[in-house]
Amino acid sequence: MRIALIALIFMAPLSLGALPASAQETSPGGQLAQACTSCHGLQGRSLGAVPSLAGRPAADLVALLKTFRDAPNEATIMNRITRGYTDDEIAALAAYFSAMSPTP
Amino acid sequence: MIKLSRRDFVAAAAAGLAAPLLMSGPARAATAAKVVVIGGGFGGASIARYLRRNSPDLSVTLVERDKQFTTCPFSNGVIGGLWSIADVTFTYDGIAAAGVTVVHDTATTIDADKKTVALAGGTVLDYDYLVVSPGIQFVWDSIEGYSAEAAEIMPHAWQAGPQTTLLRNQLEAMDDGGLVVIGVPAVPFRCPPGPYERATLIANYLTQSKPKSKIMILDANESFAKQPLFEEAWKNLYPGMVEWIPGSQSGIVMSVDTSTMTVSTSFDDYQPAVANIIPAQRAGQIAIDAGLDAGQGFCAINPATFESTVHKGIYVLGDATIAGAMPKSGFSANNQAKACGAAILADIAGTEFTPAKLINVCYSFAKADYAFEVVDVFEVAGDTINLVFDDNRFTPEGASDEVHQSEAKYAHSWYENITAEMFG
Ligand SMILES: Cc1cc2nc3c(=O)[nH]c(=O)nc-3n(C[C@H](O)[C@H](O)[C@H](O)COP(=O)(O)OP(=O)(O)OC[C@H]3O[C@@H](n4cnc5c(N)ncnc54)[C@H](O)[C@@H]3O)c2cc1C
Repeated sequence: MRIALIALIFMAPLSLGALPASAQETSPGGQLAQACTSCHGLQGRSLGAVPSLAGRPAADLVALLKTFRDAPNEATIMNRITRGYTDDEIAALAAYFSAMSPTP
Repeated sequence: MIKLSRRDFVAAAAAGLAAPLLMSGPARAATAAKVVVIGGGFGGASIARYLRRNSPDLSVTLVERDKQFTTCPFSNGVIGGLWSIADVTFTYDGIAAAGVTVVHDTATTIDADKKTVALAGGTVLDYDYLVVSPGIQFVWDSIEGYSAEAAEIMPHAWQAGPQTTLLRNQLEAMDDGGLVVIGVPAVPFRCPPGPYERATLIANYLTQSKPKSKIMILDANESFAKQPLFEEAWKNLYPGMVEWIPGSQSGIVMSVDTSTMTVSTSFDDYQPAVANIIPAQRAGQIAIDAGLDAGQGFCAINPATFESTVHKGIYVLGDATIAGAMPKSGFSANNQAKACGAAILADIAGTEFTPAKLINVCYSFAKADYAFEVVDVFEVAGDTINLVFDDNRFTPEGASDEVHQSEAKYAHSWYENITAEMFG
């Protein structure tokens, strides 16, 4: 009984607290990412054709975003958007989305 | 706010104090900041849920006049018969479930000194932070003879809902060979590409159902958003159906007469079968009454935090703002909401707030499986908001069918994701 209670109490506060600071929406990377999630879904979990970003390896996301920006090979919106972002911002975005869980 | 460490929680639980702690004890409630949000549209719904997501202790009250919200985005698809009004209508249940106190009433008076908001129903709410996102209201007397009553005959359909359905019904009732007039006011108005997307989707419907009909856009402006992409779609998909008349060629709608169904510009009178008259706009009345627009019609804000430059502690979002290069779009309002939310949380925590870049993407449909877009990336620059780059922001002209098809799929996905973020 007591153990169950402790478990209950743990769950709510820790589900937020368990994320590293850099994975919060209010962190610098998280704040930048809020512009992306309007299309890519909250925390990078997309409901439709726009790809999900949550939980993808940061290195993959960095490589992908830089390819869109620096060596675009097909007409896509991402070629245009990535032109607005520096290497540091791309790294921060990749770190944020890679820290998100692919399932809610 | 009293902060409990993890160890305190365990200790408290072990001591059998679990229940009172979980129910946010009186000490917590008394010290938590109170945020009131006026308007449950793109700006207001987005920030209410953002704040609760990132600060579960915060008291957030959303004041919204209506029980349901019909989105203007995708409402042109309803007018063009691609999908139904139910597909673009949401309740506030998901916002309430996120712990936001939803009050369906009209905010009538803001007292910036006492930090209170009075509602039509008599309730007075006090706040530490007030967010105002009331959208637009119409400047009826910008067109002689136009009014809320006249809009029941010549709909604007520029606030989605019954007006959207009315315009759709009129198009369905129209005989083949009818003239549809769309009157466009001078900028700034909400959704700069909106009138042209509407013309395009009406053309799609008429081409299939009433191919002898014509659409005439009477425009107070000399050019318009995504013009080459719209003109490409008109030429390729609906040749000869859409005519655009700029202001300098007698395109400005000066007056209307609903009794004779007449729409008049400086030189010409038209007698359309369907008249969609979009009047000039300004910030919602509550923002004007509170003096937030300083007599300008729209409200100046701090470009990083969206705090009003008129009243401290009051933040303005969305269509009601003057936000530099950011257009009056739902996407902009949603991005502004999250920036403003982060700024409010930083203020509560007493930490420094540094703004991040924001985005606007505006998709327009030409038919069900054909869309194109413009993207904007923004940054705060001094006392305004600028584009990070202003070339090559559009879907290229001459793009393939595959590109237009995938943009249509992305547009649907954007809509699903942003409305899920707002309404749950
Ligand atoms: C035809 C059309 C198509 C569009 N398409 C797109 C698109 O594809 N993409 C895009 O990004 N944008 C689009 N837009 C623009 C978008 O609709 C607006 O920019 C967006 O709704 C602005 O958000 P807001 O929060 O400022 O206002 P709104 O979303 O209008 O919300 C304001 C809310 O405040 C409430 N309210 C107002 N005053 C009070 C009060 N005193 N008390 C209580 N409640 C109050 C209203 O009832 C309303 O619910 C389109 C607009 C139109 C007209």
